[in-house]
Amino acid sequence: MLILHCPCCGVDADETDLHAGGQAHLKREGPGSTDDDFEDYLFMRENPKGVHFERWRHAYGCGKWFLAARCTNTLEVFGTYPAQTLEPPQDIKDKITAKRPGWSWGNVQ
Amino acid sequence: MKRYSAFAIAREAMRQHTGWDRAWAKPEPKKKYDVIIVGAGGHGLATAYFLGKNFGITNVAILEKGWLGGGNTGRNTTIIRSNYLQDPSAAIYEKSRSLYETMSQDLNYNVMFSPRGVIMLAQTQHEVRGYKRTAHANALQGVQTEWIDPARVKELCPIMNIDGPRYPVLGGLWQARGGTARHDAVAWGYARACSDMGMDVIQQCEVQGVRQKDGKVVGVDTTKGPIDCDKLGMVTAGHSGVMAQMAGFRLPIESVALQALVSEPIKPAMDIVVMANTVHGYLSQSDKGEMVIGGGTDGYNNYTQRGSFHHIEETVRALVETFPMLARLKMLRQWGGIVDVTGDRSPILSKTPVEGVFVNCGWGTGGFKAIPGSGWAMAELMAKGQSPLTDEFSMFRFREGKFIDESVAAGVAH
Ligand SMILES: Cc1cc2nc3c(=O)[nH]c(=O)nc-3n(C[C@H](O)[C@H](O)[C@H](O)COP(=O)(O)OP(=O)(O)OC[C@H]3O[C@@H](n4cnc5c(N)ncnc54)[C@H](O)[C@@H]3O)c2cc1C
Ligand SMILES: [Zn+2]
Repeated sequence: MLILHCPCCGVDADETDLHAGGQAHLKREGPGSTDDDFEDYLFMRENPKGVHFERWRHAYGCGKWFLAARCTNTLEVFGTYPAQTLEPPQDIKDKITAKRPGWSWGNVQ
Repeated sequence: MKRYSAFAIAREAMRQHTGWDRAWAKPEPKKKYDVIIVGAGGHGLATAYFLGKNFGITNVAILEKGWLGGGNTGRNTTIIRSNYLQDPSAAIYEKSRSLYETMSQDLNYNVMFSPRGVIMLAQTQHEVRGYKRTAHANALQGVQTEWIDPARVKELCPIMNIDGPRYPVLGGLWQARGGTARHDAVAWGYARACSDMGMDVIQQCEVQGVRQKDGKVVGVDTTKGPIDCDKLGMVTAGHSGVMAQMAGFRLPIESVALQALVSEPIKPAMDIVVMANTVHGYLSQSDKGEMVIGGGTDGYNNYTQRGSFHHIEETVRALVETFPMLARLKMLRQWGGIVDVTGDRSPILSKTPVEGVFVNCGWGTGGFKAIPGSGWAMAELMAKGQSPLTDEFSMFRFREGKFIDESVAAGVAH
């Protein structure tokens, strides 16, 4: 079972306590955006076999949202961090680089 | 190719079965093909088959990184039906279901199509309204389905407890010519037919790059070296995102695990297929006697082909109320497949931003039933650049807002 550390309340939560919320770090588009950007925001998703960043909610715990860095190929968890983060924090990126040299995700490296 | 027949079995019985040929050849890749199909699942093989059969294009290679049908084609619960809501879906799924009716004869290969009938149970008022609406839509589309009452459900499936209390059976959507087929046989039958037409089915050959020149595809890089082609069909289900990345574009698809399990074999107890979408479970009995059970998907991106134990518990727990006898069965095996899910739960059969590259994916949790129809349509799209069956399933429909919303009919089950 997947176990994620909730950075909001500090609990190591089981998959059954969590709700998956899809891709993290989506850039929200609004009025004035181009069609391409809108399509990207609404429909296109990163779907990597490897390093991925996601939103999760500690649904049957503190109820709060947080973000996680995970490998979709091995289910290894690289770390979790607060939802109020616009891009993956450096310490998480360093941890990933140590294990997956040369990784990239969308425009993040 | 030697034809299979009752006579052939008798003949071979007389000579210790020494006269059977290989069902398909085991070639090494040539330098160049007119068409390369990536992925030897049902959809890839059916696409190749109809390229040859309907359009005479036989200089074709089908490249598979693992083994034939080792993806979702060999991992699904084999439910075949065509009772979808939207017209474009009804058209392609009913085309497919009707091709299943004669597939064994067409391929000279027994795919064990068993049109035993499929019920989709209504266990909430919402489902009652939804399925009645689908029955009306199907009547207009010429797809034969009917709304049936609880007494008829019980008559068709006596092992069901229709009284609830949590989820009483309020009726169902019944498609008498829906059913099941042998999944491996579909892949094997098509592979044999493709090989017979002179196509190369190449296993253990992973595509690792898509070579392009001036925005047009010129070939692929594989674990067996580079191979040139004029047209490329990417038919890799759960790996479609990875393939698209190689070709330099993105797809509105996410890959998640879907799992199934089978019980120990028991005597015949249920001779139809039942889908219970409210409780996320569906059920049929195999010819060996195993109860074949499928559930819902995991909610997060995953490529491990495993799935999680608690999902099985959830599925079985929910089914036990409606099928109390399941509580006494031991479960034998469990497995997972990686399914490619789109936002509107409808597939993508489409041209792509790269000229000469076509994509067939997004069948998600329910594409086994669609294999022959999808192959038929995809072959037309690749040969002629357009097909009436694929027009609405373009990958660009999302930006146009032209969804084919089947999330109610197919979001959970198959
Ligand atoms: C548990 C489960 C139950 C299901 N139940 C049903 C059901 O009851 N009814 C129904 O209609 N559908 C069902 N489905 C869905 C159905 O199985 C799929 O939609 C269908 O089989 C997809 O077929 P495909 O040919 O597109 O993909 P696949 O059979 O997955 O074939 C894709 C192939 O591409 C290969 N590949 C990937 N990447 C590469 C590469 N780089 N190079 C070369 N080859 C590559 C893979 O190895 C694979 O063999 C179920 C699925 C699962 C997992
Ligand atoms: Zn928490």
